[in-house]
Amino acid sequence: MADDVGGGKPSNTGGAGHDAVDSADSASATDSTDTDSTDFADPAGPVDPLLRVRNLTKHYPITEGLLAREVGRVRAVDGIDFEVRRGETVGLVGESGCGKSTAATSLLRLEEPTAGEVRFEGEEVTEYDAAELKRFRRRAQMVFQDPTSSFDPRMTIGESVAEPLVVHGMTDGERRERIVRGVLERVGLSADDADRYPHELSGGQKQRVGLARGLVVDPSLVVADEPVSALDVSIQAEILSLLDDVQEAFGLGVLLISHDLAVVREVCDRVAVMYLGEIVETAPTDELFEDPQHPYTRALLGSIPRPDPHRRGSAVELTGDVPDPSDPPAGCRFHTRCPEVIQPDGYEFEQSVWRGVMDLRVRLRSGRFDDAVVRETAAEADGVPAAELSPERVAAAVREEFDLPAELGDDDAERVLSDAMSALVDGEVETARERLAESFGTVCETVDPPLDATPAGHEAACHLHGEPTEPGAAPDEGRAD
Amino acid sequence: MSDPLLVVEDLETRFRTDRGTVRAVDGVSFSVDRGETVCVVGESGSGKTVTGESLTRLVPSPPGEVVGGTIRFDGRDLRRLSESELESVRGNRIAHVFQNPQDALDPVYSVGWQIREAVTLHRDVSTSEARARAVDLLDRVGIPDASVRVDDYPHEFSGGMKQRVVIAMALAAEPDLLVADEPTTALDVTIQMQILRLLRDVQAEFDTALLLITHDLGVVAEVADRVVVMYAGKVMEEADVYELFDSPSHPYTRALLDCLPGRGEGARAIGGRLPDPTDPPDGCRFHARCPHAVEACRTGDQPPMVPAGDADHTVSCVYYQPGYDESVVTNGRGPENDGSEVVDG
Ligand code: SF4
Ligand code: SF4
Repeated sequence: MADDVGGGKPSNTGGAGHDAVDSADSASATDSTDTDSTDFADPAGPVDPLLRVRNLTKHYPITEGLLAREVGRVRAVDGIDFEVRRGETVGLVGESGCGKSTAATSLLRLEEPTAGEVRFEGEEVTEYDAAELKRFRRRAQMVFQDPTSSFDPRMTIGESVAEPLVVHGMTDGERRERIVRGVLERVGLSADDADRYPHELSGGQKQRVGLARGLVVDPSLVVADEPVSALDVSIQAEILSLLDDVQEAFGLGVLLISHDLAVVREVCDRVAVMYLGEIVETAPTDELFEDPQHPYTRALLGSIPRPDPHRRGSAVELTGDVPDPSDPPAGCRFHTRCPEVIQPDGYEFEQSVWRGVMDLRVRLRSGRFDDAVVRETAAEADGVPAAELSPERVAAAVREEFDLPAELGDDDAERVLSDAMSALVDGEVETARERLAESFGTVCETVDPPLDATPAGHEAACHLHGEPTEPGAAPDEGRAD
Repeated sequence: MSDPLLVVEDLETRFRTDRGTVRAVDGVSFSVDRGETVCVVGESGSGKTVTGESLTRLVPSPPGEVVGGTIRFDGRDLRRLSESELESVRGNRIAHVFQNPQDALDPVYSVGWQIREAVTLHRDVSTSEARARAVDLLDRVGIPDASVRVDDYPHEFSGGMKQRVVIAMALAAEPDLLVADEPTTALDVTIQMQILRLLRDVQAEFDTALLLITHDLGVVAEVADRVVVMYAGKVMEEADVYELFDSPSHPYTRALLDCLPGRGEGARAIGGRLPDPTDPPDGCRFHARCPHAVEACRTGDQPPMVPAGDADHTVSCVYYQPGYDESVVTNGRGPENDGSEVVDG
């Protein structure tokens, strides 16, 4: 598959697409003194993946005051590694705010990465000068962003699709037209659609035009950001199979950004799952779906409502919201929500109860715990003034709030928890926090787990897979700076 | 046996546009029992959203107008109510929750203020009572530290939390019917499940009927008691949720289930496009895309709803009429159908 670069495959639609590819190539050759990429080929040439990203990092400074003093950083992308090979479709999935779109825009240098290496066809993208960057922008195309707003309503479809050719210096109008009509057919539209206007097209057709516009300059990498999220399900399948087809026909490497695991499963060869700026698991698609190794991946997969009412209620439910990326949790970033968070040595909890204890600990740590609030809520529920609540009632209300039983099964654990509860009832939040922290510490909150091989054969970043290193010796500490 | 809470019959809603009159909802009938969850499922252009908006005259008019049918809610036809009478139904006995929570929240007031407004609009209570009620509602929809967060402004809440606030607001008047239009579509999947569970919980707790409008069959399977499948302004199939997923009967429903990505054999798109809403075709609205269409599908009106199997399972398709062999339709590829089971006609 790695040899299929450059649309060398025989065309099955009458050669129109092939024509587009060749002509676009020569378009850039006439462009300037532009050289072919092979001149820059890495000595490692053929084994080099099309795209290799190392430690890609994008932080946005948070500034304050007139002097714009930096007071913090949003760690949108925080040191990620992945690659895309020729002829391969790689999915980058995660929820909003996980950094997947920022990863795409910074690797394309649509915004400058804070740190990291991006090797594309053996060259270092982060070192490109303006001319090289222009050529790179032809070879690596971003497609499918919001189809409705990305077209000029006054331009015909043909003009829109031809625009990148003009930008890259193809002056021969007739030839442009021939290429455009060919590429429109390749994406399942008719050549005559070139004369229509965007408002005459359906959402699915606009996505096809968007893809045509990306393909017209013969890229070797296509970055597709949420290609179908704006489309109805009946059209999604159609666009996804089109993406599959052109990927094969053009031998493209495709990086697909999506929040939708079902979409990723449909078209990707490999998948990387992101959470709060980091990749937490990466695997061949089938393996990821059949044998997910990271608790976050399991939760993501488990929280998709299945179209099967017999399995209702079986979905995993994550508690809480995604933490603020300007202040990511220490240790494993997922520990504030992880249903499988590791239990402290020497105690035995039911896992869901342990999760509740962790929720309480996270809240105490955040400084957002206020015993007056608990009192007030309990008082309202009981219909008595807050001052009249017994300490036992207040403690019970705290347990209720965190879904903790009236008494833990493990006597030692219960002693710790009741100590903490008494402190809380007395308004000594800090004492309670300390009591819980010193007895109920977990490796998940102290050590950032590296992305490591798992028994399933692929990589995940979770302490459940192997002995963690010594607490305090977090390998990644300070890395981001 | 009490009457259903809501009975919609032959609802017709149209929009006047430059390109002609769009028959967005074209003779739709369904009912919702007290405490029941009914899902209206369809793609964009199916008329599902307009159906929900038509109930309480939320359809922007002009260009929209409910031109026919009855909407009997708790014994009264909402279409015959004056604007002020309807006002007391809307938000009070029928509350709406939409896709984007920020549209329902005013950025300049605290969420507590907004919930208090909703409370006092419908009940004569003191300010402090209204505040206590707001805190209680926020607590019940799962906002941590409700008595503190009640004074926060909408922008201080995440998307999922905002939708919780909107649900709390909708529940303020203890409505009999909650109409939720794609309430989780704008949310991430882990948050979506939280909100779906919340809707189910509050529905049980408040004994509210829920009309949930969605394109997502996964959401339907998670919450529905009964399902109404719409296409191009018409109801195609109606069934108990288990019945619908176990024996989908209408070719459109079957096609819809087949095109879910990640269902093993590879998703299949439904070829073709929605018919022109200003000039819908004769016969079955789905005929241009239906693999089983015969001559009878192309003439006359949309086939009447007739039973398919279960008494409560009805379908608008000629194959379920006397003289046709429905196995033609059900033997195709379907989610749970290996063709060995014969559905009783
Ligand atoms: S390291 Fe701990 S908190 Fe993180 S995913 Fe693994 S078990 Fe969960
Ligand atoms: S009535 Fe005809 S066109 Fe419509 S769904 Fe049935 S078979 Fe298909």
